[in-house]
Parts: sequence; C-alpha cells; structure tokens
Amino acid sequence: MDSFAILPQQLVFGIALGTVYSLIALGYTLVYGILFMINFAHGEVFMIGAYLGWGLLTWLLSAQLSSLHPLWVLPLLLLQGMIGAGLVGLSLEFFAYRPLYKRGATRLGPLISAVGASIFLQNLVMLTQGARMKVYMTSLLFPPSWRLQVAGVNISALLIVITLTSTLLMFGLHYLVQHTTLGRAMRAVAEDREMAEIVGVKVWRVIAATFFLGSSLGGAAGVLVGLYYTQIDFFMGYSAGLKAFTAAVLGGIGNIRGAMLGGLVLGIAESLAVTFMNPAYRDVITFAILILTLIFRPTGLLGERLSEWEKL
Amino acid sequence: MLKLSGVVTSYGSLPVLKGVSLEVKGGEIVCLLGGNASGKSTTMKTILGTVPPRKGTIEFDGQRIDGLPTAEIVRRGISLVPEGRRIFARMTVWENLVMGAFTRREAPADELTEDLERIYGLFPRLRERRDQLGGTLSGGEQQMLAIGRALMSRPRLLLMDEPSMGLAPALVDLVFDIIREINSRGMTILVVEQNASVALSMAHRGYVLKNGRIVMHDRASALLEAEGVRRAYLGEA
Repeated sequence: MDSFAILPQQLVFGIALGTVYSLIALGYTLVYGILFMINFAHGEVFMIGAYLGWGLLTWLLSAQLSSLHPLWVLPLLLLQGMIGAGLVGLSLEFFAYRPLYKRGATRLGPLISAVGASIFLQNLVMLTQGARMKVYMTSLLFPPSWRLQVAGVNISALLIVITLTSTLLMFGLHYLVQHTTLGRAMRAVAEDREMAEIVGVKVWRVIAATFFLGSSLGGAAGVLVGLYYTQIDFFMGYSAGLKAFTAAVLGGIGNIRGAMLGGLVLGIAESLAVTFMNPAYRDVITFAILILTLIFRPTGLLGERLSEWEKL
Repeated sequence: MLKLSGVVTSYGSLPVLKGVSLEVKGGEIVCLLGGNASGKSTTMKTILGTVPPRKGTIEFDGQRIDGLPTAEIVRRGISLVPEGRRIFARMTVWENLVMGAFTRREAPADELTEDLERIYGLFPRLRERRDQLGGTLSGGEQQMLAIGRALMSRPRLLLMDEPSMGLAPALVDLVFDIIREINSRGMTILVVEQNASVALSMAHRGYVLKNGRIVMHDRASALLEAEGVRRAYLGEA
C-alpha cells in the first residue's frame, strides 16, 4: 500500500502510543526531578502493572460474570494496576534507594541499586509467573467491531480509550503537582531540598509519595499496553522502559510537561518511521533520537539550562 | 525563651560548634557575630534541627527540642530566614508564602488568608507580585519574600541568617527597619550578621562566635565599644 495513504492511520497509532510513553516517562522524570536519580527499575514497575491487570482480567473472565462491560472493568483494572505498581515503587524507594541515601551515597550507588532492582524484579516475575508470555483477552472486553471510521481512518474503541485514559491521568498529575499541598511540597523538595526541610516539609515522605505517584502511572501504562498488544512477558519493561526514558530525556528530564511532550513526539516519530521504513528500524529511530538529543540538546526540548543537577 | 547549653555539632568528624551556650529571652533581638567559618550558620541549622547536635541541649520555652525533627521544631514556633534567602525560584510569590505555612496546612483557610494579608500589609510589593515567580524578584524583594515566608508559620522566635548579605546599602537599612518593626510587634529575633555595626545598633545583646566557641557576650552597646569587636568586625585598625 502507498505509504502516504496510511499516514493518517499511523498518526493515530503514534498519538496513542505516544501518550502511553508519556505516562511511563512521567515516572522517570518525577523521580529524577526530586532525587536526581534515574530509576532504572521503573520499566519493571510498568511490567508488574501489566501483570496485575492481566491477573485481574483473567480472573474476572473465569468468574463467568454475566457481562463484562469495559465501563466498570477498565477502571477496576487500572485502579488495581496503579495501586499495585505504586506499592512496588514505594518498596523500591524504601528498600533499594533510601538506605543508600541515608548513608550518604553519591549518585552512582543508587543507580547501580536501580539496575539491580530491575534485574531482581524481572526474575521474580519470571520465576513466579513463568517465562512464557501471558495473553490479555482484550477482544472479550473491547470487541473488534467497536470502531470509528473517520475520513478513511480506522480508529478502534480501545485506541480511543487508551489515548483518553493516558491524557486524563496526565492532566490529573499536572493538577496535583501544580495545585495541591503535596504537589507544592514536591516542587519545593525538587528545587531546594534543605529549604523545604527548613519550612517543615518531611522530605522523605514527599519522596515516597513521588515514587508512589510515578509508579502508579507506570502501572496504568502497563495495563493499557497489555490491553493493546495483548501479549505480555517479564521482559517487556526493559525496552518500554528505555523508550520512555528516551522520551523523558527528549522532553527534558525532570520536567513534567517535557515528559508529556517527549512521549508524544517519540510515539509519533516511531509510527511515522515505521510507515516509511522497514518496521525493524523502529528501535533504531528511538535510540538515534536519544543519542542526538544527548549530543545536541542535553537539557531536552523543555529542559532548563540551569537545572539543579548542574550545580551539584 | 531559647537556651543552648554546651552544644557540639560536627559534619562527619569535623567539629564545627565546640560547646556553644547562649540564651535568647522573649522580646529580644540578639545578634550573633563572627567571621567566616566561625559556625554562625551551623548554629542556626542546629537550633532548627536540620543538623542534629552531637552533645549539649537546646531548650525552647523550657522544653528540650534537640533531636526533634525540623518539622516539629517549626511547628513549635521557630522559623528561619536562611542565608542567601533561598526562596523557591520556580514557585510564585503566593506559593512561596503558602510553603512557609506548611506546618500549618491543617489550619482553617481563613486563618491562612489572614496571615497572608498580614504579610502583604508588611510588604505591599509582595501583594503586587503575588503571581510572579520568585526567581523574577529583585534581591530586596526576595529578602522580603524570605522574611514573609518565615513569618507564615507563625513563629515566636525568628532566626535570621545574614539578612543584609548581597543587598545594596539602601536596602540593608530597609531590611533592618523591617526587623525592628517585626520585633516591636513582639517577635523575638536571633540574627546572624557580618555587618556588625548595623546589627549591633539594632540588637539588644550580642554574642561573638569564633572557631565554634562563644568568645564574648554582652549588651549590644557594650560590644560596639569593645576593643576586640571593633578590630575584628567593624573594620577599624
């Protein structure tokens, strides 16, 4: 088929994919903003979210309830994935990072701990759930016949739901960070941790809350990706995590709007690239973007030049 | 009101305060003088608990506060205007002030509004700029914001670390006028200053800190006359 003819279709995929990348990227950027650390286990948090959603969906299906309407099933899956992933994030912070910081770790120690935590979580899931992939019975929830035809572009209900859900969650996070007491405390800690302490913020509580929030968004993304690709395995967090990390760097790591923009740009770039090139080049595109960003605009699209980490 | 007895603080194995004892009584302005690296800022941080003391006791209103978390010490009524102002540059003026009331976030909303009005009354410039980012304010306005933020926790003791640092001479006078004004409304103030002559002319009493020890303390007027202080801090030969 002519590449240009499927361009609009690919754009729609790209936007949906992009919002999911953004959702995961937010987890990297929130933690980086506050601890100046790349939480390399975040991809695994996303993967665990996908497993939790799969577990609940499979259980609901086996319970043979008379009707499974996505209107109540989807929020349930998301809620469970988010809370579960959030708790995994909290444990990571508490067991893998906080003890290091409390003993005066510099930046390398927590990073290595994050890589270790990532391998640990992958293997934990592989050993308890098996190495074979799991299948989301998405079609029982979103029948393929639910679709929109707009100007020759096929948009499935699921794609719309994914885009809307991610966007809604991102707006929710943005509101929380900009307009609530917790959000203000997070920004204060990110900007000047000692000063935040001086006004009476319990800094480690705010850091824990940040991990919970970022991880719960990752968990929601896991459920959405599981529903969309229908196949999940214990290794899925690795490449998704790296791509979302790329999105965070592209937007300017530590910057919340940057993560949203970076994810969207990356998702669209990937989809378009696949349109005009051999799809096998998909990852080449992603990581070429990462390398080019790091070389030519290391602070990212929306990154601030005088970010805190340059002063450290 | 505040009493430090034999306070020792160290960073790692490096002792910075080597047994500091001082007292601030209700309603006073007490000035802490000292050269670079004499331990002035560390004294402030130790009182507020961001750096815990190794030895010695700190009492506030007759109760031990050493070892308490900073949030609790702020809640009990001590707040700090830190060296270099340290306003949150990427938050608005209003947000900075609200952060100052962080330990009072459970307080009724109208109480907070009332406090904001009080600060805006004291610093009308902050009201004009309440939606501007802190980083866009001038040095003098940032100092007002830092003071306003510290007052938002409704402290009874205000710690001020080098409030005149980096300000133009006219602004220095303004800041010290503000300190007098706040004090005259009943606030107890412990101020650290390198600008000794101005600080002593405003304070009731003063302590001189050298290498982590108090080497002198007296009424401010007596310190202004004292030979050692004149030589060391007032730039006289």
